[in-house]
Amino acid sequence: MRLTANGVSCVRGGRKLYDRVSFSLTGGELLLLSGANGAGKTSLLRQVAGLLPLSGGEIGFEGGDLAEETHFVGHASGIKDTLSVAENLAFWCSLYGSNDAAPADALARLKLAPLAALPARVLSAGQKRRLALSRLLAIRRAIWLLDEPDAALDAEGRDTLLSIITEHRARGGIAIVAGHATLALMPSREIVLGAAEAAAA
Amino acid sequence: MTRAFSAMLRRDLVLSLRAGGGAGIGVIFFLAVVMVVPFAIGPDQKLLSQIGPAILWSGALLASLLGLDRVFGADAEDGSLDLLLLAPLPLEVIAFAKALAHWLATGLPLVIAAPLFGLMLGVEGKASLALAAMLLVGTPAIAFLGLIGAALAASLSRAGLLIAVLIVPFTIPVLIFGTAATEAAIAGTPFGTAFKLFAALLLFSLVIGPVAAAAALRIGRGT
Amino acid sequence: MPKTRGMKIGELANPNRFLRIARFAIPLCAGLSALLLAYGFYRGFHTPAERDQGTVFRIMFVHVPSAWLALGIYSLMAIAALGTLVWRHPLADVAQKAAAPIGAAFALICLVTGAIWGRPTWGTYWEWDGRLTSMLVLFVIYLGIIALWRAFEEPLQAAKAVAILTLVGFINVPIVKFSVDWWSTLHQRASVFRLDGPTMHPAYLSPLLVCAFGFSFLFAALLMAAMRNELMRRRVRTLTLFAAREAR
Repeated sequence: MRLTANGVSCVRGGRKLYDRVSFSLTGGELLLLSGANGAGKTSLLRQVAGLLPLSGGEIGFEGGDLAEETHFVGHASGIKDTLSVAENLAFWCSLYGSNDAAPADALARLKLAPLAALPARVLSAGQKRRLALSRLLAIRRAIWLLDEPDAALDAEGRDTLLSIITEHRARGGIAIVAGHATLALMPSREIVLGAAEAAAA
Repeated sequence: MTRAFSAMLRRDLVLSLRAGGGAGIGVIFFLAVVMVVPFAIGPDQKLLSQIGPAILWSGALLASLLGLDRVFGADAEDGSLDLLLLAPLPLEVIAFAKALAHWLATGLPLVIAAPLFGLMLGVEGKASLALAAMLLVGTPAIAFLGLIGAALAASLSRAGLLIAVLIVPFTIPVLIFGTAATEAAIAGTPFGTAFKLFAALLLFSLVIGPVAAAAALRIGRGT
Repeated sequence: MPKTRGMKIGELANPNRFLRIARFAIPLCAGLSALLLAYGFYRGFHTPAERDQGTVFRIMFVHVPSAWLALGIYSLMAIAALGTLVWRHPLADVAQKAAAPIGAAFALICLVTGAIWGRPTWGTYWEWDGRLTSMLVLFVIYLGIIALWRAFEEPLQAAKAVAILTLVGFINVPIVKFSVDWWSTLHQRASVFRLDGPTMHPAYLSPLLVCAFGFSFLFAALLMAAMRNELMRRRVRTLTLFAAREAR
């Protein structure tokens, strides 16, 4: 399994966010995207996920259909307030059609089990974030694209997140994490977006 | 795939039934339209019973356009749309499920309410039932055509009126053949040319709606 | 126990007295309602048949009290709306929310019985005359109020919005009551509440009034039961929020 980006660029609103970003990741590797606000971390993640067209370059994936192997956890959590915690997760499990889905275990791991029957509207921001992250555990997919996954998490939540990411890599998964590194992620690669422009200026 | 389809259908149904205000608003709006016309033209029962089917058709059409902005808008707001795009289910199938759920939650109640409102307009019982049967064909056609507008405006907030404006021109054939088929059905010859063209319109919109909506969503993501 | 929790439970303490009263008041009102309605219907069905309409006029013993109650409940809701906005009584919005579906139900009963009554007497289920139409408008206002309640997440926020809507809609109630004098076509003129006294035959009037009281007690029982449900619902909501907070 190999995920590659070859000279990927992104132009948004007439402005070149970044130009000719390349990387190559194999199983177990983690790429950390950093850079100032607005440098394009989220855009690059969305391009890899296929949610944003490429302005140049190409994304390649060996080992299946990229979209069907990708988890994307963004700022918007994809959580419906009127559904219960368990219903929210169960929906994504059914829709993603994974056979090894284990929603109950995933909720327990993220300490959401006592909240399973409550409507998601009563959750705090951190609890919602954990519910979004529970998809990663409940549905097995090889590539995780995480946009500031530690946002709104408390210290305990960050520890859980870190161990989840570590286990994912140990199983041979790939992860790309965008965001300010409050996590001791030990990335195998790091790309600082906006660095080239900063150097040129 | 059936499991994913039914999960999508069930989720959207549950959401629209649980959501604040609920799916009943469409029927209340329908009732309001039916109620407003006699105020405007006067309580002449004979006149009303003549134009009753037309009032019901216009009311059902307007009520059908009501909740369309939420079909994709809510998912775009909370990030669900991104996750739907990453699902193994083809986007066209997802769009079909969403339109079907939307119709079941908002269109079907209109069909059920129509004969009742028909009585208020002096449309006779049998004619009212014929009209409801035609609405059963017409409202899903409107919902699936409306899906295109819903997808085009997915990333816009407060797009309800915009969608209505975009979609109304495309529903005109449905209205033309729907009312023609209704007239024929009331006259006792329900399955004539008008009905055949009407049913063909439904089939056409069942296909074009999800396909165009999926295309609009894919392109819309790029902006 | 955390301080915030004590405060929240304290907010709910006030309605406790209502819950205690409701415990015996609900069966009392329900029982009275059953007795009065049984007696009123018995009397109503043993009056001589009406000269022009035969026996179908007896639906009046349901139709007329429903119409009165649909109007009366709306007036009550308007007072409750004032209670929410002006006096800030903690039970006012609970009563207002609980009353709305009951009022809508009486309006619907009035419309449906009117249609059943209209078919043999007017030859049509529905007639766009002043009173029927304004009852329909009232019904739609009721539905709007219920929908507005459901649209808000936070009950206290909803209460204020609904209170304003209710007061604005209150203007409709006098129109309903007196519209018959402005725009009457086929419907009978008001025959009980008139300045020159009731014109209805006393043989019909007394069972009608008994039925009206019976339905009023039925409303009181339903209202208190619905208020109790609403208080429980809010308690569940508060506890749910606490459960989420405590779980961290």
